[in-house]
Amino acid sequence: MIRWLIPMLAALAFIQPVSAQDRMPPAPYAYTQLDDPALEEQARELMHTLRCLKCQSQSIADSDAPMAGDMRHQVRTRIAAGESPDQVREWLISRYGDYVSYEPQVSATTWPLFVLPIVLLVLAGTVLMRRIGRRKGDDAVDDAA
Amino acid sequence: MIAEIGLAALWLGAALAVLQLLGGFLGAREQGSELTPLVRPAAMLQALLCAVSFGALVYAFAVTDLSVELVATHSHSMKPLAFKLSGAWANHEGSMLLWITVMALAGGLIALIEHRLPSRMMMATLGAQAFVAVGFYLFILLSSNPFKRLSPVPADGNGLNPLLQDMGVSFHPPTLYIGYVGLSVAFSFAVGALLTRNVTPEFARVMRPWVLGSWIFLTIGIAAGSYWAYYELGWGGWWFWDPVENASLMPWLAATALLHSASVLAARDALRTWTIMLGVIAFSMSMLGTFLVRSGILTSVHAFAVDPERGSFILILLALYIGGALVLFALRASTIAEGERFALFSREGALVVNNVALSSILGIVLLGTLYPLLTEAFDVRVSVGPPYFNPVSAIFFLPMLAILAVGPLLRWRTDSFRRIRLPVIIIAVVTIAVLALVLALTEIGILPLLGLAMSVGIAIASFMPLRGRNILRTPLPIWGMCVAHFGVAVALFGVAADTAFQQERLVAASPGDVIEIGPWEARMTSVSPVAGPNWTAMQGDLLVSYEGGPVRDAHPQARSFWAPQGETSEVALLTRWNGQLYVALGNMADDGRWQLRLWWKPFVTYIWYGGLLIAFGGMLALLGRVIGDVRRRSAELREDRRRADEAELAAS
Repeated sequence: MIRWLIPMLAALAFIQPVSAQDRMPPAPYAYTQLDDPALEEQARELMHTLRCLKCQSQSIADSDAPMAGDMRHQVRTRIAAGESPDQVREWLISRYGDYVSYEPQVSATTWPLFVLPIVLLVLAGTVLMRRIGRRKGDDAVDDAA
Repeated sequence: MIAEIGLAALWLGAALAVLQLLGGFLGAREQGSELTPLVRPAAMLQALLCAVSFGALVYAFAVTDLSVELVATHSHSMKPLAFKLSGAWANHEGSMLLWITVMALAGGLIALIEHRLPSRMMMATLGAQAFVAVGFYLFILLSSNPFKRLSPVPADGNGLNPLLQDMGVSFHPPTLYIGYVGLSVAFSFAVGALLTRNVTPEFARVMRPWVLGSWIFLTIGIAAGSYWAYYELGWGGWWFWDPVENASLMPWLAATALLHSASVLAARDALRTWTIMLGVIAFSMSMLGTFLVRSGILTSVHAFAVDPERGSFILILLALYIGGALVLFALRASTIAEGERFALFSREGALVVNNVALSSILGIVLLGTLYPLLTEAFDVRVSVGPPYFNPVSAIFFLPMLAILAVGPLLRWRTDSFRRIRLPVIIIAVVTIAVLALVLALTEIGILPLLGLAMSVGIAIASFMPLRGRNILRTPLPIWGMCVAHFGVAVALFGVAADTAFQQERLVAASPGDVIEIGPWEARMTSVSPVAGPNWTAMQGDLLVSYEGGPVRDAHPQARSFWAPQGETSEVALLTRWNGQLYVALGNMADDGRWQLRLWWKPFVTYIWYGGLLIAFGGMLALLGRVIGDVRRRSAELREDRRRADEAELAAS
């Protein structure tokens, strides 16, 4: 009983400030950097690749929205606690879904995003190769003439 | 009354467009048509009518005529006059009226001045122009009437979104729209050439100024939009790969490709089908951009489905025009004879690489922009952002930059490496030297590193085509190319330097605090309230100095607008030759201190200087082409007159 109650309470504790965010003062790390420049750099890079869910096409590093501030706080706190940026991203994805990450992962739904560049590369290569091939043909014609 | 005049003018314009459509396409046939003489006047009169209509809307906004619904919902009597005027096009209906007005002006202009092409092709071109215009007239008149009256008349208007109350954004949409719509002219010429089987160098020469012109406007529009986002959003970002930005980038990419392939067609009669194809794609991207921004589909696919009238209308137009043009292309492409051939190692070959790379980047941006919309329709939400666009587009962008450095040195048709060995070695050595130097001195990412090195290489390479030329006798278009390519180097340098070396400080400060950021030192002296015509603000007062130099003032503001309500950040920008200090004031923290955000952005301004240089290069090229055309025309006139005189002499 107690075992599953604790994570639920923890989850509630997290949900509560989100729902009441407009009245709450921003979390400490929403507008404050980490002291360690290396960690802050990690956090900054990560925040630029996370979507602000309440905004239109902005990362959480570019937004005044209270929710973006909360998410910045989460990211900085977790990075400061020693998590790697990938772990933080995983955690946010498990919480908010793939939508939160601007970095699409190869999956059943996103594979065309990664196949197209390869197709384009092959296509571009073919077009150029055909040009070279044709040039040799032209030379032969020139020689014959 | 004025509003009714505007609406009547619009209906008359639509009727004339139908006349132009019929007359144009009938006149394009072998046997011609009685309507043919009416086509050109119809196009010119439409330009006048649309100008009247647009003038009427601007007037309604200028005097804040609240009985017009659009004014009541988007303007406010207390707004500064400049923003009242720009409010006329800062909304859906007004911007569509602006679109059709620019289109009518462009159509009127080609009807007035363009007499070089065969008459049948000209008729087909004007017919195609009217075909596109009719759709947009119908769209405005049936689903987005800007002159709709409102009863009862409200006491005051709703005002304009505070983010849009800014000089930058006032000129951003008209600039982009002129670019978008200019491409409609290229599209019409391409359709005209296809219909009458006239894909010739002459066609490319006639189309080129229009492509150049729209490309210049698109370049300026994108640069201005990027700078607006940079200083207005308050977080120091200048490009977000946001769908709205991509909507303007895609036509630009297509227009850039078209510009280069049209040059090949004009100079060498090669790449015929490809140029036509790009003409169709470029305008398709313009319409797609309009659809993305105007249909509401970006907010959410589901929001679009709830109120689909306008969106579906544009979607149908889009399918009709793009689909129609592609079908026509498929039917006629095989009848276009292959143009002149060329070796891969030639100017044409380099331009083919440029075109392939630009089209690939266009494909990637298109997919990355549309794919999330597609999956959202199936209730799977994915985000595609900078971590995708940056590296994937770089795969094609970097080789293209290498070709950009070397291509202009090559001769048409065929060339040998031996001839350009020396300049290529110089460029390569400089690039590698910069690369090694930056690598030794700093630790930066691979893309900014390559960007920095290549920007220096391209900067040198961009002026190499002038080598061995008489500077004073070099044609303007060559100068234009050099300046535009140099602009690419400058912008690339700004992008790479800002990405690699920017510094960020987020602090909570109270008056008296000193904040150090990079070479700057900022002392906050006070925070005080200030008021404007339709806003109040908290203003921070800071004294800043660069490396202990002279002290300068910075006054970032956090503004609150009341009609409509909204908050914006007015950042303080301190510009030096080597970058900008960016200061934004946030909210008050609960302990009474103020949130301050500071960025030192080395060479960030070079991004927009580069954009302006690119546009300036385009202007030089355009000027050179127009002067050339005028000279040729007057020379022909003189020749005709001389012949007439001789004939007269012989007769007497």
